[in-house]
Amino acid sequence: MGSTSSTLLKIPNAEVLMQETGFSPAHIIRLHDRFKALDKEGRGYLCPQDFGAIKELAMNPIGDRIIGAFFSPGKETVDFSTFVKILAHFRPVDKDRPKEPNSPEPINSRSNKLKFAFQLYDQDKDGKISRDELLKVLRAMLGMQVTEEQLESIADRTIQEADLDRDEAISFEEFRKSLEKVNIDHKMSIRFLR
Amino acid sequence: MRGLGLLLFITVARDAVTDLYVTAASLQPELGASAAPAVTSPVASRYIPEEYGHPGIALARSAEEPAAPSSEDGESSHHHGGGYKIVQWEWSYVQTPYIIASWLLVASVAKILFHFSQRFTTAVPESCMLILLGLVLGGVVLIASKTQPYQLDPGLFFLFLLPTIVGDAGYFMPARLFFDNLGAILLYAVVGTLWNAFCTGFCLYGVKMAGVIDEKVNAGLMDFLLFGALISAVDPVAVLAVFEEVHVNETLFIIVFGESLVNDAVTVVLYKVYISFVEVGPGNVHTADYFKGIASFLIVSIGGTLVGLIFAVILGFVTRFTKKVRIIEPLFVFLLVYLAYLTAELFSLSAILSMTFCGIGCKKYVEANISQKSRTTVKYTMKTLASIAETIIFIFLGISAVDKSKWAWDTGLVVSTLIFILVFRAMGVVGQTWFLNWFRLVPLDKIDQVVMSYGGLRGAVAFALVVLLDKEQVKAKDYFVATTIVVVFFTVMFQGLTIKPLVKWLKVPRSTNRKPTINEEIHERAFDHILTAVEDIAGLNGYHHWRDKWEQFDKNYLSKLLLRKSVYHKSELWEAYQKINIRDAISVIDQGGNVLTSARLSLPSMASRTSFPEVTNVTNYLRENGSGVCLDLQVIDTVPGAKIEEELETHHVLAGNLYKPRRRYQSHYSRHFMTVGEKERQDREVFQRNMRNRLESFKSTRYKRHKKDRSQKKRKGSDAKEQDTNDKPRRNVSWQDKDPAVVPVAPEEDKHDPSEPDKDDDVGITFVARKAPETPKERPKSVPAALDVCQSPVAAPPSPTCGEKNLPWKSGMGSYPPCVSVEATKIIPIDLQQAWYQSISSLESLASPPAPPEPQHPRVSALSRLGGPLRTPAKGKSSGSGAGSGSNTGSPSSGQFKFPTGKEEEEEGALSQQQQEMQPLMSSLRPPPPPPPAPAAQSAGKRRNPCVYLRSLVTVPPSGAEPQSRRPTQL
Repeated sequence: MGSTSSTLLKIPNAEVLMQETGFSPAHIIRLHDRFKALDKEGRGYLCPQDFGAIKELAMNPIGDRIIGAFFSPGKETVDFSTFVKILAHFRPVDKDRPKEPNSPEPINSRSNKLKFAFQLYDQDKDGKISRDELLKVLRAMLGMQVTEEQLESIADRTIQEADLDRDEAISFEEFRKSLEKVNIDHKMSIRFLR
Repeated sequence: MRGLGLLLFITVARDAVTDLYVTAASLQPELGASAAPAVTSPVASRYIPEEYGHPGIALARSAEEPAAPSSEDGESSHHHGGGYKIVQWEWSYVQTPYIIASWLLVASVAKILFHFSQRFTTAVPESCMLILLGLVLGGVVLIASKTQPYQLDPGLFFLFLLPTIVGDAGYFMPARLFFDNLGAILLYAVVGTLWNAFCTGFCLYGVKMAGVIDEKVNAGLMDFLLFGALISAVDPVAVLAVFEEVHVNETLFIIVFGESLVNDAVTVVLYKVYISFVEVGPGNVHTADYFKGIASFLIVSIGGTLVGLIFAVILGFVTRFTKKVRIIEPLFVFLLVYLAYLTAELFSLSAILSMTFCGIGCKKYVEANISQKSRTTVKYTMKTLASIAETIIFIFLGISAVDKSKWAWDTGLVVSTLIFILVFRAMGVVGQTWFLNWFRLVPLDKIDQVVMSYGGLRGAVAFALVVLLDKEQVKAKDYFVATTIVVVFFTVMFQGLTIKPLVKWLKVPRSTNRKPTINEEIHERAFDHILTAVEDIAGLNGYHHWRDKWEQFDKNYLSKLLLRKSVYHKSELWEAYQKINIRDAISVIDQGGNVLTSARLSLPSMASRTSFPEVTNVTNYLRENGSGVCLDLQVIDTVPGAKIEEELETHHVLAGNLYKPRRRYQSHYSRHFMTVGEKERQDREVFQRNMRNRLESFKSTRYKRHKKDRSQKKRKGSDAKEQDTNDKPRRNVSWQDKDPAVVPVAPEEDKHDPSEPDKDDDVGITFVARKAPETPKERPKSVPAALDVCQSPVAAPPSPTCGEKNLPWKSGMGSYPPCVSVEATKIIPIDLQQAWYQSISSLESLASPPAPPEPQHPRVSALSRLGGPLRTPAKGKSSGSGAGSGSNTGSPSSGQFKFPTGKEEEEEGALSQQQQEMQPLMSSLRPPPPPPPAPAAQSAGKRRNPCVYLRSLVTVPPSGAEPQSRRPTQL
């Protein structure tokens, strides 16, 4: 919004990024500004500490998981294009945009949005949300308000409800099924300012 | 009011009277004349019109109740000649409440009548029907009396009818949805309404100038602007009435409905501003006045909102302390919400806004604070009031339309108004939506816009406003009234009628009446957090950012202030979870035993499995079933001597089949508490019986016996069973193909003959029942008999013999045989078991709020997860002692021991019993991966040291006999 500190030309791979993510130049510029603001030392990449500096995020019960989602396994840094690509998950689905048949599935597709959410639960990356993993998330989200027993019964019920193959865990497929009726495009999208 | 009374009488008498001579006017003289001789008669002679001097008795009779007492009264007064009167006619004394009550009655009866024909009501919106009824009523009265019976009185409308509807709407408004779409709602409500008002006003004036509207319509620009203002507002009552039946998707609904609520502020302000302009005369309006108008709008709307929010806070705060006086909780809700409305009206702020925001604001805290029963009371009372008010409004609309003296017709005005409001509505919607879609996450597409344009219904608010006009100042009032009536009728009748087909034709996404599952609750909450976090990371202070801020504030300050301490510490998610469980339970109960008829068993909230709107779930199917089943803990301890069995049998037959008498002596009364009534207890009992019967009838078909001495008898029995499965209604076997879990729970011999008699339906769940060897009466022969009887559960009552034989359990004391429910619960597949528990626990905690969920649950589920069917009996501490007689016998014991139930009280005992009963059984039935052989061996091993009382506890054959004996109650 009105920031002129960076232009599209200064951003590496801007064209490619726009194509991949569907962000408009204005979006990219805006996000780049944000990226630079977060990258206080100007290294060109972000560390987990940089994210930790966002104070609102510290209050978010699952903030650390979301930060974690920005870092691919084994990497300690995230560069701008990864940063943008992650955020692109939350771009609203544009209906009127013609779908090129040969293009890969856009990052902001329903399935990708769900995958993003799923991996926040599935911290051990085994493709399943186990009871423990679910419990951890619930504990984070519910905090002190409920007893452990209540948490467990919620978790049990949740798993039992979603669990189709009776393996006491929620696979991605089951996860998706359980949210079949939810308007994911709506609930997992952010209106990025133009 | 008087006119209303007349109308009422007419309504009552209408059918009986063949002669139109009986009119509203003639009724009163009737009363008055006959009563007149009596000096004390309150119906004064002022009622008597001159033309009806001679009331006839026949007429009085035809006029039914109201007239009848009067004639009697008259006679008696004649007889006694003015002395003491036995019967007096006190009409004026009761007049007002009588009329009100009668009106409500008429309106309610009208509703009943409409809903007689299902097909008709689905096609025609109720609002149309009510208006039609009003037209008919009004017509009858008009023809009869030739005077205007009654008009929709603006005072009545604004002070009583409208608040009930708005209160209901505000209180039950889905707050999240409302605020999610607040931007759109505000835009449509403010800009859209202004647009409509101005365009309609100016264009009507233009048309007038062009000569389309007759010269008779004496109106200037200000008059037309005023008219435009009152006719342009979408009406909440009409929108609610029509849209609730159309079931468009919730976003669309909330936008149109929210708009109709919020635009009240705009309408009221515009109306007032124009009225004042008209009063002072268009020439004397200064520029400053326009700004005053704008300021007035801001004050009216924001002020109204603030008043509502203040009352919401008060209400939340008050309900925090009502724990001791639960019974007046609902009253607080009604009073304060209504006071919010009146207070806003008092300061001439927007009362609708005030009430709406009071409702929205207080709901969260009030609902958390007040008891479940109060919640239900509030809900039903509000809905009832709103529904009645709506009915009355529409009937009045119809009645008002009939009287020609109140309006004057001008085709030009009517037609051009209709065209303008439709056109400008559509234009406004399209324009604003185009603008909105720049910002909206989910754009409103063309179909939505069509529905929104078409759904812009005008209604009673416009009518009331136009009736309120002062004829001295607005010369063309009569024309405006007529036009308004036509517009209201057109939008409510025509558009209301056609919007449903239109929505269907356009394939507008409908709303699903589905409640969120626990998965959805959790994940959506997670989504909220994710989005907030991402907004923070991306540096956008967007909607989620601010909502999160609000939630923090709410949690840290508001909730602390407005919620009870006990409630404050509860989590919303936990509440949601409990609600889901309760819902499951209730739906199952509502559904009765049909659970068993469905081929698939699933939780209603398991969206993943099926998408049935009507729930077939088992979760809590048995919830109540067990609760009274074994009230008597002594059952466990007493081993019956064979000698007393005879008596006991008789006793059991009686106790098992007779309902417990209602206990009168317990009745006590308190103004502040409502006790659980005897009625409820009895209802529960009946319910339990029925449930059990159904279960047993189900079970009996799948029933397998592994008898110690199985000989030809057994052959016969299995034959019978086969046959039974064949000719039994399909419902009972429905699991067979789906959940192929064989539960070879068996006594010693089972090892040798694992499943020979069962081969035919091995796929199904197999119930193994076995009589413990120690039980005094041996019943090898009786069992087949029992089975035979069972085959046709609906059939004749059990033969006494089989009943006798099958009632070996002891010391009933009127309690139910525990084994029955034990058996019964078995049919629940394991995957439902947990849900079952949770439902129970949530129900329990309902009963006694602070109770934590049952702590044993995780353990149980963990255990049940461990192994196949047969491990379960062993899982409890009882494995050593109890499992001796196979899973059937073992299971109750394990359950029993697991529970920390030392309680003697019936209730608790029952509850725990219930839990015990289900847990082993359910766990023993894990359908999909059945590893029968190993568990069987295991159980067999365990069987070595049986526990006597347990065995005696669980005797299966009786269960077979039970169904018949109970049969009659099933209906």
